[in-house]
Amino acid sequence: MKNWYKILSVILISYTLVWGLLNPVPRLDILNETIRNVYYHVPIWFAMLFMMTVSLIQSLLTLTKNNLTNDAKAYNAAIVGFFFSLPGLTTGSIWAKYTWGTWWTFQDPKLNGVAISILIYLAYFILRFSVDDEMKRARISAVYNVFAFVMMNVFIMVLPRLTDSLHPGNGGNPAFAKYDMDSNMRMVFYPAVLGWIFFSYWLFDLKNRISFIKNKLND
Amino acid sequence: MIKRILSLVFLLSVLFSSAQTTTAPEMADTFRSDGKIYVVISVIGMIFVALVIFLIVLERKVNKLEKQINNK
Repeated sequence: MKNWYKILSVILISYTLVWGLLNPVPRLDILNETIRNVYYHVPIWFAMLFMMTVSLIQSLLTLTKNNLTNDAKAYNAAIVGFFFSLPGLTTGSIWAKYTWGTWWTFQDPKLNGVAISILIYLAYFILRFSVDDEMKRARISAVYNVFAFVMMNVFIMVLPRLTDSLHPGNGGNPAFAKYDMDSNMRMVFYPAVLGWIFFSYWLFDLKNRISFIKNKLND
Repeated sequence: MIKRILSLVFLLSVLFSSAQTTTAPEMADTFRSDGKIYVVISVIGMIFVALVIFLIVLERKVNKLEKQINNK
């Protein structure tokens, strides 16, 4: 059964779509019912980070094995991750408008970090299109991808924790910070994260198979 | 005596006003008790079902193409 994760992703996401709206959540000022966005906005970002990690691994494999298949996979993973970052950004913006009072704030290092990271990955796609020789393209873009992954982690994982951030769990050590989540919310949040990660892997798999067919047709 | 009564009144008024500001945050309770939340859930659910059906159809098409290419 090689499609187990696809079925699991559908089950997990369906569960979070239904129970995420029905389960009791902590009653908090400002957040009110919008606290439920944690089930939908945050897992999208986890899926994006997961895809970028897959992309990094495929890029490292490209460099060690000199394999063009890994290069195609690295590109596909980055594309899927990129397309997860767009709804992540817009949902975050909508949520910010009704809780922080603005669509975008330059006070929050995470927002700016994410914007810069997206630009870094856009540069990765442009770099790929600018090199004609396949092997050269694979190696150059693999090296750049390692750099892009490190920069993304600095911008969205490290820097927001060094200064003050409006995002919960940032600014200081998140492991000891007090979250607004309770055990009821975790029952939905963790399955949602897992479900969307599996879902992103499904899209990644489809893209890989399509590029494999394309390659076969070009030969 | 009057001073004491006055201070008691002030103390009570302070307590009362603070009690008013700490009412529970507003949640969509009536929306839930009306059962309208199920309307929202079914709409979201249908959208997700449509998305999954689309992906499954795409999956099958890719499968077919893979088979055709491998047979060549």
